[in-house]
Amino acid sequence: MTAPANPSVEAAAGPIGLPRGLIPWIVAAGAFIVLWRFGGAYDWAFEYPGAAIIPAGRWIGDFMKWLVNEAHFGLFSFKDLTRFIAALIDLPYRCALSLLATGFLKGQGSGAVQILPPLSWVAVTATIGLIGFHAGGRKLATLVVLCFGFLAAFGQWQSAMATLASILVAVPIGVIGGLLLGIAAYRWHWFERALTPVLDLMQTIPVFAYLVPILFLFGFGPTAAVVATVIYAMPPMTRIATLALRAVPSDTLDLGRMIGCTRRQMTWRVLVPSAKDGLMVGVNQVIMLSLNMVIIASMIGAGGLGFDVLAALRRLDIGAGLEAGLAIVALAIALDRLSQAFAARAGTMTPPAVSTSLPARHPYIVAALAMIVLAGVAGLAMPALQTYPPALQLSTGSFWSNVVGWINVNYFDTLEAAKNAVLLNILVPLKRLLLGLPWAGVTALLAFAGYRLGGLRLATLTGALAFLIAATGQWEKAMITVYLCGISVVLACLIGVPIGIAAAQRDRLWNWVQVIIDTLQTLPSFVYLMPAVMLFRVGDFTAMIAVVAYAISPAIRYTVHGLRKVDPRLIEAGTAMGCTQWQLLTRIKIKLALPEIMLGLNQTIMFALSMLVITALVGTRDLGQEVYIALTKADTGRGLVAGLAVAFIAIIADRLISAGAARTKARLGLE
Amino acid sequence: MFARNKVLQSAAIALALSAAFAMTPATAQESTDPIKLTLHDWTGQLITTEIMGEVLKKGGYNIEYVQADYLAQFAGLEAGDLHVAMEMWETTGRDAMDAATATGKVENIGPTGMKAKEEWWFPEYMKEKCPGLPNWEALKEASCAEAFSTAETAPKGRYLGGPVTWGGFDDERVQALDLPFEVIHAGTDAALFAELESAYQRQAPIMLWIYAPHWAPAKYKGEWVEFPAYTKECYEDPKWGSNAAAQYDCGKPFGEIWKVGWSGVKDKWPGAYAAIKAFTINNDEMGAMITKVDLDGKSVSDVVAEWMGANEARWSGWIKK
Repeated sequence: MTAPANPSVEAAAGPIGLPRGLIPWIVAAGAFIVLWRFGGAYDWAFEYPGAAIIPAGRWIGDFMKWLVNEAHFGLFSFKDLTRFIAALIDLPYRCALSLLATGFLKGQGSGAVQILPPLSWVAVTATIGLIGFHAGGRKLATLVVLCFGFLAAFGQWQSAMATLASILVAVPIGVIGGLLLGIAAYRWHWFERALTPVLDLMQTIPVFAYLVPILFLFGFGPTAAVVATVIYAMPPMTRIATLALRAVPSDTLDLGRMIGCTRRQMTWRVLVPSAKDGLMVGVNQVIMLSLNMVIIASMIGAGGLGFDVLAALRRLDIGAGLEAGLAIVALAIALDRLSQAFAARAGTMTPPAVSTSLPARHPYIVAALAMIVLAGVAGLAMPALQTYPPALQLSTGSFWSNVVGWINVNYFDTLEAAKNAVLLNILVPLKRLLLGLPWAGVTALLAFAGYRLGGLRLATLTGALAFLIAATGQWEKAMITVYLCGISVVLACLIGVPIGIAAAQRDRLWNWVQVIIDTLQTLPSFVYLMPAVMLFRVGDFTAMIAVVAYAISPAIRYTVHGLRKVDPRLIEAGTAMGCTQWQLLTRIKIKLALPEIMLGLNQTIMFALSMLVITALVGTRDLGQEVYIALTKADTGRGLVAGLAVAFIAIIADRLISAGAARTKARLGLE
Repeated sequence: MFARNKVLQSAAIALALSAAFAMTPATAQESTDPIKLTLHDWTGQLITTEIMGEVLKKGGYNIEYVQADYLAQFAGLEAGDLHVAMEMWETTGRDAMDAATATGKVENIGPTGMKAKEEWWFPEYMKEKCPGLPNWEALKEASCAEAFSTAETAPKGRYLGGPVTWGGFDDERVQALDLPFEVIHAGTDAALFAELESAYQRQAPIMLWIYAPHWAPAKYKGEWVEFPAYTKECYEDPKWGSNAAAQYDCGKPFGEIWKVGWSGVKDKWPGAYAAIKAFTINNDEMGAMITKVDLDGKSVSDVVAEWMGANEARWSGWIKK
C-alpha cells in the first residue's frame, strides 16, 4: 500500500557521525545559551524596553468602540446588522425554549400568561426514547431514557431544558456552518489558507476577551450566548470536515466523475457521505464544546444548568454543583450517542415505502406526536405527569461534601506533602527558568525552528508572532502561560497516549474510556476545581490539575482514532513477518498513527490554552488572569490583546507541530 | 348553584377592579414593558433583587429576572437590554461601574443602605496559637506569623487575599505595617471559601479576606483582625498612622453597595425609578436573611415573602413616592 520508510533520510550522517539535520540545531541552541548565560549586558534582550511597547490595547479598544457605536454600511449600521442576526437566532431559540421549558406565553415578564404548557417531562423523555429506538434500537433507547430520567429524578429538569433549548439552536448552526466552511476550504486552497488563522483565533482567544463587544452587538441574553458558543464550538468541525473530505479515497471520486455527477451532486451525494465517519467526530466535538460553554453562557443570561453549577459552588454545596454538572454530562452523552447512531443509520438506505397511510409511512413521528398529546392531556389530570413531583426527587444531599471533608481531614497532610514535592521540584524551577529566558533569544530560536521545519514563511510567522507578544508587553505573563500549559500538556500526553493505546485494541475498555473522557470534557471544571482547592489550596498546582483533566481527552481520543485507522493489511503483513506484539505496536501502528497523534497533541495544546480563563479563577498570574482583569475593568482592548497573545502561542505551537508532522509523514511515505 | 357562581363572579370582578385600581398610578403613563432586574450567583443579591422585584410587582409593574454575570452585565445595562442591578459593591465593581457611568448610559441609583465590611479574618481556634488576636499587633510576633505559615511561605504567615480584581491594598498594608505575612491572591470568591471550609474542617491555621453580609461569618466562628481604624487620610497621607513613610497603615474602609441601572429607567418607568431609589435595607436584616437561606435551607422566595409580610409599611412607602 505505502512505500517503506525512506532509509536515506535517517541514515544521512554528518562528518562527525551525527545526523546531518541535528548540527544547525546544536549551533542555534549554543548561540541561545550564550546569550542567555552571558548576555546580561544586553538588558533589552531580557526585558522588552517599556518605551517601545506598542499600545495595541488602546488601538483595539478604540476600534471596537468604533465598530459598536459608529460602523455604518450606509443604510444600516454594523450594530443593526448584528442585532438582525440576533433576532434571527432568537426565533428558533424562543420556540425551543417555549416548547421545552417555559410553555407558550402571551405578554412579557411577570405580566405574561401561559397559553400552553411546555412539553411534560414524560412526553420529552418518551419522545427521546422513541428517537433513540428509531436510531439505534432498544439499547440506545434505554440509555437516553436513563439520561433524561436522571435529569428529572435529580430535580434538574427545568434548568436542563433551558440548556437543551440553547444547545438545540447552537449545535445545528455550528455543524452546518462548520461543514460549509470545511467544504469551501477543501475546494479552494486560498480559502483554507485565509481561514486557518481565523479558526485558530476563534478557538483560542478566551471568550471573556470578546464577551463585552458581543454583548453590545447581539444584545444581552441567550442569543449572545448562542453566538459565543458557536464561535467557540465551530472550528473543530471545520477542521475535521476539511481533513475528512481530503481523506475520501480517490477511487470514490473517480467513480463519481465516471457516472457523471454534477458538482453539487459530487459534494452532497459523494463527498459528504463518504466522509461521514470523520464528520461525525466533528459533530461530536461541536456538541461537547457547546456544552462546555454552558457555564459562560449562563453568565450572560442563558440561565440553565450552568447557573446552577455556579450558584451551588458559591455556597460551597459540592453535591448540588456535581448534580448540576452531571446533568450537563447526561445531556451531552444522550445527544452525542443519538447523533452517532443517526450517522450510522444514514449509511443504510431503506427503499422509500409505497404504503399509503400516514402511520405506516412514518410510524415513529406519529407515535411521538400521539405520545406528546396523550402525555399533555394526562398531565392536566395528573400534575405529576406534567412536572416531575418534587417529593420523588433524589439528591445526594451533603454526601459529596462529606466525602471531600473526610479526605480533607484524613489525608490532607499526605496530599500536601506530595503537592509540595511536585511544586518545589518541578513547577517552581521550571517557572523560574522560563521567566529568566531572554525574549530576543526565544524569538530567534522559534524563528529558527520555523525555518528548519517549514522554510522562510514559517520562520517569519513564528518569529513575528513571538516578537508581537513581547512588543505588546505580555512577555512575562506569556511565559507563565507557557509554563503552566506546557507542563500540563506533557502530563496529559504522558497519561493520555498510553490510555489511548490500551483502549484502541479493546472495544469494551474503549466504551468505558469514552464515557470518562466525555464526562471530563463536559463536566464544568468548576465542579472539581473547588474540591481541588480544598485539598490543594489555590495556586498553580490546582490549576494544573484542572488543565490536565480537561486536556487529556483529545490526547486519548486522537490516539485511539489514529491507531484504529491503521490499515489492517499492514498489521497482517507485520504478523506474517513474525513481529511480536510490542514490535507491531512500536514499529507499525504508532508510526503510522503518528500524524493523528500529532493532531491530538495539537488539540491537547488548544484545549489546555482554552482552560486559561478557568485557571485564573484559582489565582494564577498568566494571560488568562490578564483577560479576566480586563473584563472586570471593562477594558476590551486590554482583554483582546491578552487574548491575542494566547492565540499567538497556540498558533506558534500549532504551526511548528504541523510542520513537524508533515515532515514525519513525508519520511514515512504516507503522502 | 347559580347563586354561588354569581357570588364568585362578582367577587372576582371586585378583585380585578381593585387590582386594576391599585395599578392605575403606575400604568397610567408608564411603560408596561418588563423591567429587567439582574440576578447574580450569590444569595444576598438574589434576596435584594427579589425584594425589589416583588415590591415593584405590588406597584403594578411588569418584572423580569435575568441571570447575568456581575461584570458582564454592564454591556447589557449600557445597551438598555437590562435595566436594574441591585448590588454593585464598591470594592469589587467600582472600576466597571465608573467606566459604565462615564458613558452616560448607566446611572448610579444610590446606596442600598448595606455596607460591605471587609477585613482580615481568622477562625476562633487560632486565638490559642496567637493569643494577642484580634489586635493586629499580635501578628507582628514571629511565633504568630509562624502559626499561620505553610511550607511555601514559612517562616512568614500566609494571608489569602481576595482575587486581584478586588483591589484592597493588602500587599501595601503588609509592607506599611511591617507584617511578616505573604499575600496570596485567590482567583475567585468561591476559592476563598473553599480554602476556609477546608481549614476549618481540619481546625488548621488560616487567615483570609472575609466580607459581610455573607453566610461565612454566620457559619464559621471567628473574628476580624482589628487594624487601626480606616480614615481617608490613612489611604492618602503617608504621615498618618504608625508608619510615617507609607499609606495604607490601617484597616479597610466600609464599602457602599450601590444600585445601578440603565439611564433610561427614569423616563420609561418614573414611578419604578423612585421606588428603586427609595429602596434601603441594612446589614443585620440582610445577614439574617442570608443565614436563613444558606444555612437553614429555606428558599429565597419564602424568605422574601416573610420579609414582605413583616415590613409592609416600609415598602409600601417606596412605591407611593
